[in-house]
Amino acid sequence: MAYDTGQNQSGDEGGGLAALIYDPKARGLLFQIILLLAVVGFFAWILDNTVSNLAAQNKKSGFGFLEESSGFQILTTLGTYLVESQPGVATYFDIFWIGVVNTLAVAIVGIILATILGFMIGIFRLSSNIILRGFATVYVEALRNIPLLLQILFFYIVVLRILPGKREEGYTLFNGAFGLNIEGLFAPYPVVREGIGSVLLAFLGAAVLAWAVAWLARKRQEATGKQFPSFWVGLALIIAIPLAVFYSVGEPMNLEYPRFLNAGDVLPDGRTVSRIKAGYDIGLGGMVIVPEFLALLLALSLYTASFIAEIVRAGILAVPSGQTEASKALGMSNGQNLRLVVIPQALRVIIPPLTSQYLNLTKNSSLAVAIAYPDIVSVFAGTALNQVGQEIEMIFMMMMVYLVISLVTSAFMNWFNDRMRLVER
Amino acid sequence: MKLHSAMGALTALGMVMGASAASADTLADVVSNGSVQCGVSQGLPGFSNKDDAGNWTGIDVDYCRGVAAAVFGDANAVKFTPLSAKERFTALSSGEVDILSRNTTWTMTRDTQLGLNFAGVNYYDGQGMMVPSSLGVTAATELDGASICTNTGTTTELNITDFFRSNNMSFELVAFEKADEVVAAYDSGRCDVYTTDKSGIAAQRLKLADPNAHTILPETISKEPLGPVVRQGDDQWFNIARWTLNCMINAEEMGVTSANITDMMNSDNPGIKRLLGVEGTFGENLGISNGWCASIIEQVGNYGETYEANVGANTPLKLARDGSVNALWTKGGLMYAPPIR
Repeated sequence: MAYDTGQNQSGDEGGGLAALIYDPKARGLLFQIILLLAVVGFFAWILDNTVSNLAAQNKKSGFGFLEESSGFQILTTLGTYLVESQPGVATYFDIFWIGVVNTLAVAIVGIILATILGFMIGIFRLSSNIILRGFATVYVEALRNIPLLLQILFFYIVVLRILPGKREEGYTLFNGAFGLNIEGLFAPYPVVREGIGSVLLAFLGAAVLAWAVAWLARKRQEATGKQFPSFWVGLALIIAIPLAVFYSVGEPMNLEYPRFLNAGDVLPDGRTVSRIKAGYDIGLGGMVIVPEFLALLLALSLYTASFIAEIVRAGILAVPSGQTEASKALGMSNGQNLRLVVIPQALRVIIPPLTSQYLNLTKNSSLAVAIAYPDIVSVFAGTALNQVGQEIEMIFMMMMVYLVISLVTSAFMNWFNDRMRLVER
Repeated sequence: MKLHSAMGALTALGMVMGASAASADTLADVVSNGSVQCGVSQGLPGFSNKDDAGNWTGIDVDYCRGVAAAVFGDANAVKFTPLSAKERFTALSSGEVDILSRNTTWTMTRDTQLGLNFAGVNYYDGQGMMVPSSLGVTAATELDGASICTNTGTTTELNITDFFRSNNMSFELVAFEKADEVVAAYDSGRCDVYTTDKSGIAAQRLKLADPNAHTILPETISKEPLGPVVRQGDDQWFNIARWTLNCMINAEEMGVTSANITDMMNSDNPGIKRLLGVEGTFGENLGISNGWCASIIEQVGNYGETYEANVGANTPLKLARDGSVNALWTKGGLMYAPPIR
C-alpha cells in the first residue's frame, strides 16, 4: 500500500511536470529564468576572471589612487583656472576634474557655435541668392565628407603655422587688450571684488522684469491687437539695470589686461626680463586661450555645423509651402513669416536629430588627444592612466563622465522638444 | 531537473572558460601562435622604426628578434605591434603583446603597481632638453618661463615638472600623444623646448626641418634605464626575456659575434661552450632548446653589434658608446650580465 502510494505520487508529479512543460506560461517563465541565470552567470564569470587575473598580475585595484598626488603639470586651460591645484601637488582627483572641465568647455562653446553657424548655413542653402546658396553647398559637402581627425590636425597645423612667434606681439586688438600669437589668444581677465553679488542679483531681477514685460505685452496683444516692442525694451532693461547697480556700488569688477614683455624690460619687482621670458605674461594679468583649444573648437564646430545645416534645411523644407503662402496672405513680412510661422514648425523636425549632433560633438571632443588639448581622455586616460595603471577603474570613470554629459544633454533636449511640440486642442 | 542540468552545464562552462582565461603560460601561447608578439614604438629611429623597405629596425627590434631566435630558432618569427606611450602597458597586460620592447623606463611604480616585470636594461638613458640655437640658451636653469613640448604618458612629464619646481621656475607643458606631433609642434615654434630621453632627442632631431639649428642642452635631469618588459606572474617567460638580453651582453663580453660564431662553436673556452649550448642544459632549463643563445647571436648578433648598427657613432644618431654608461663593464660602462653557469 505504502509502495503503491509512493508510485502514485511520483506518477502524479511526473504528470504535473509534463503539464507544466506544455503550459506556455510556465514554459515561458522557465526560459526567462534560464536566460536570467545565464546573463547573471556570464557577468559573474567576467567579474571573477577580472579580479583573479588582476590578482595574478599583482596589480592594484580600487579608487585609492585618487588621493595620491600626480606630480605633473597640465597646460593652462579653463580647467586649471577653475580647479585649484598646484603642479606636482594636485591629486589625481584634481586631474580628473581639470579634464572634465576642459571637455565641458570645448563641448559647450562648440555646441553654441555649431548651432549658430549651422542655422545660418542651413538657411543659406535655401536662399534664392546663388552665391550664398553655392557657398553653403560647398561648405556642407566639403566639411562633412572629410574625417574629423584630419580636420582637427589640419586646423591645428594651420593655426600654428600662420600665427606669429611667441616673442612677437602678433595680432592685437583694442590697444593691446587682446593679443594673438602662437602661444594663444591673450585676453583681459575679470577680477571681481566684494559687491559683485548685487550686480548678479540686479541682472536676475532685470531678467524677471523683462520676462514680465514680454508676458504683459503678449496678453495685451491678445486682448487688443496692439503690439509692443517687448524684445528691445527687455534688452534695454537687462543691460541698463545691472550697469546702473555696477556703478552705484563702486565698480566691483575690473579687467586685468595681458602684458607683453620685451627682453630687457624691468619688472615692478626689479627683475629684468630674460630672453626666454619675453612674450605675453599672464602671471602679471590677463588670461590665455591656448591654440590647442582654438583649433579643436574651430574643427568641432565647423564640422558639426555642416550636419546641423542639413538638419535645418530638412526641417524648413518639411514645413508645407502653404503655410508661407498663408502668412503672406495675412500680410506678414518675410522675417515674421520665418520667425513666427516657419521656424516654430520646423523646430519640431529639427530638434531630435539636433540632439544627436550635440551628443556627437561632445563625444568627438575626445579627439583632442591628437593635438595636446588636455581634455579628460588626454589627461586622465592618458597621462594619469600611465602613471597609475588602473585601466578598469579609470576608463570606467571616464565612461561615466561621457554618459552623464550625454544623458543631461538628452534630458534637456527632450524637455525642449516637449515644449516645442504642436499644442493640440 | 532540466533547470538543474542547465545550471550545472553553465557552471562547468564557466569553470572551463575561467581556467583558460586565467592561464599564464606565455611560452605555450607563443609556441602555439608560431610567433612572438612584440610591442614597439610608433617610430623612433635607432630603437624601433620602419626602414624604407618597410622592415622594422632598431635596438629594441633586435632584442625582440633575439627572443624569437631563442624560442623558435628563427629571428623572423616575430610580429611587431606599434604602440603609443599611453597604450603600451595596457597592450602588454591585456595580452595583446607578449613582450614590450619600447624604450620603456624602469621605475619602481611600474615594477610594483602596474603588474609588470622589467627583464633588464638594454639602454641607459637620461632625460635631456633641446632648444633652438637662436634662443641663445646654454643651460637648463635659464629656461624660466619656457613652454615645453613632450609626449603624454611618459616619465618625462613628471621629471620636467620636478626639475622646474625644484629650481623655482615656471613653465608651460604641451603634451602630445604621438612623437611626430611633438616634433611638428616644436618645429613650428609652439614650444621653446623639446624634452624626452636623450637618445630620443638624438633620433627625433633628424626629423626637424633643419637639425643643425638646434642645441641639446648639457643637463641630464633624470635616470632613464630603458629595457624590455613582460607581465608579472609568468616566471618562465620572464626568465627567457631576461636571459635573451644577458646572452647578448655576455656574448659581447666573450667576443662572440655573428661573424665568428661558427668558429666559436669549436672553442675550448668552457664559458663560451656553456653560452652556445655545446655544454650544459641551460636552454632546456628555460624551457627552450639548448642552442637558444647560439641562434640569437647567429641571427641577430651580440649586444655590441646591435648597438653599433642602430644607435652607434656611425649611425645618424651618433650616440658614441666608448666612455658612455652603455659601454661594457670591462670598459668602464654599466653593461654587465650575470654569468651563464
